[in-house]
Amino acid sequence: MEEISPDVAARKAWLGLLAKCDAEQLQELWCSVDEPEHSMLRAPEIGGVMVRGRAGAVGAAFNLGEMTVTRCSVKLADGTIGHAYVQGRDKAKAQTAAMIDALMQTGQAAAIRAQILTPLQQTYDAAKATRAARAAATKVDFFTMVRGED
Amino acid sequence: MYVAVKGGEKAIDNAHAWLAEERRGDPTVTELSVAQIREQMTLAVNRVMAEGSLYDPDLAALAIKQSRGDLIEAIFLIRAYRTTLPRFGGSHPVNTDEMACDRRVSATFKDAPGGQVLGPTFDYTHRLLDFKLAADGEVAEAPQSPAPDTATPHIMSFLDRESLIQEEATGLETPDDLTRTPLELPASRALRLQALTRGDEGFVLGMAYSTQRGYARNHAFVAELRIGAVAVEMDIPELGFAIEIGEITLTECETVNQFKGSKTEPPQFTRGYGLVFGMTERKAISMALVDRALRWQELGEDNMGAPAQDEEFVLYHCDNIQATGFLEHIKLPHYVDFQSELELIRKLRREAMQMQEAAE
Repeated sequence: MEEISPDVAARKAWLGLLAKCDAEQLQELWCSVDEPEHSMLRAPEIGGVMVRGRAGAVGAAFNLGEMTVTRCSVKLADGTIGHAYVQGRDKAKAQTAAMIDALMQTGQAAAIRAQILTPLQQTYDAAKATRAARAAATKVDFFTMVRGED
Repeated sequence: MYVAVKGGEKAIDNAHAWLAEERRGDPTVTELSVAQIREQMTLAVNRVMAEGSLYDPDLAALAIKQSRGDLIEAIFLIRAYRTTLPRFGGSHPVNTDEMACDRRVSATFKDAPGGQVLGPTFDYTHRLLDFKLAADGEVAEAPQSPAPDTATPHIMSFLDRESLIQEEATGLETPDDLTRTPLELPASRALRLQALTRGDEGFVLGMAYSTQRGYARNHAFVAELRIGAVAVEMDIPELGFAIEIGEITLTECETVNQFKGSKTEPPQFTRGYGLVFGMTERKAISMALVDRALRWQELGEDNMGAPAQDEEFVLYHCDNIQATGFLEHIKLPHYVDFQSELELIRKLRREAMQMQEAAE
């Protein structure tokens, strides 16, 4: 694995969150932000990505099937460029995500994190935790029956 | 000879109008929404995504609604839609080691680290119709327990440490893709796995079952079956690094089979592998069994002449869209073909009768 800088790691984290987050919540939170002046570098576009797996989970890669993805790139008035690749076919979500990616590279980063990314992450984590807790409740506790033969 | 015939446009339009009406059914009954199908017919949605080879629950639900619940027709719609999408790229191979498991069971190790987690399974239900579902009622909330915050390790990795399990070969990082180049034989394992994961559940199940009944000796244990969410990561050229572009639910099945060893390999266990979109447990187990049966050559086993060992038979017949396309085309007009058959049979009959008369 190549080393990545903390900046790249942080950007990876928010782009990944934006790709997976709930679109409705994202738009609600985005409403509270004044939309910055921007131009469209790449209008929202729907496409497919071939998802791959590995034979036996560890061997050679193979094609599992595609998933839908929407991408978008925007440029703010100050020249900052934002990109987004989000799961599904929601063009508005892709555009909002690209704007957030751009703003996260500006002086507004702290405000955007607090207003948008943190609540999104909390919702995402809570949903994950609930599922994990439900799974944990279905874990089998074995007990051994007393056997008669000895 | 092919003769183009025109006509029937009005009949076709009217047939489609009636189809729309029949699809809707009794208008006094509430219409199904796509969201209802997505949320409540999840396993049908999963099957359509797996065999349609496109992970998008909303589209799969729409296809099921449009096809009146005919899942092969729905898969057909998804396959057709898929071809219209520009391909943005290929993901990194998903890391199922880091799956957030909803379910994880092993038939080989009772006390596997991570435990036996049943998840939302039909297993151990009594398969009695539940008439409470006919009256809409509230569902009690499922219990929760504290969950470990570590990933669940693969059971195969324990066998691997002792070298008791056959090593998996590495291959191309960009595997062959049967949606881009026609499938040619012999096929790489990557192509076989791609064909099986999108193959018809019924066909793959039947093939797998045949191996259990003795057509190719293939006694498999389910070392591990896991269902859960994994992140999908892809390199983004404009960024210069990889990001997560989404998260999908997968079912993974790893089987172990006893192997006596060959000239080059010591006695050890061998593997079969199944990985399928969605919660699709029957399909993933079937896939693993058929994958294992198809590996006879690589493992130096005998060809028993079993259907499940026959790569051409399995791979060329497992795709339900290819199969249904060819099968159903025979109901479309073949008037000219049949006219010539009719001429021929009349001629043969005439000749046969003349011979009979002459003999009398």
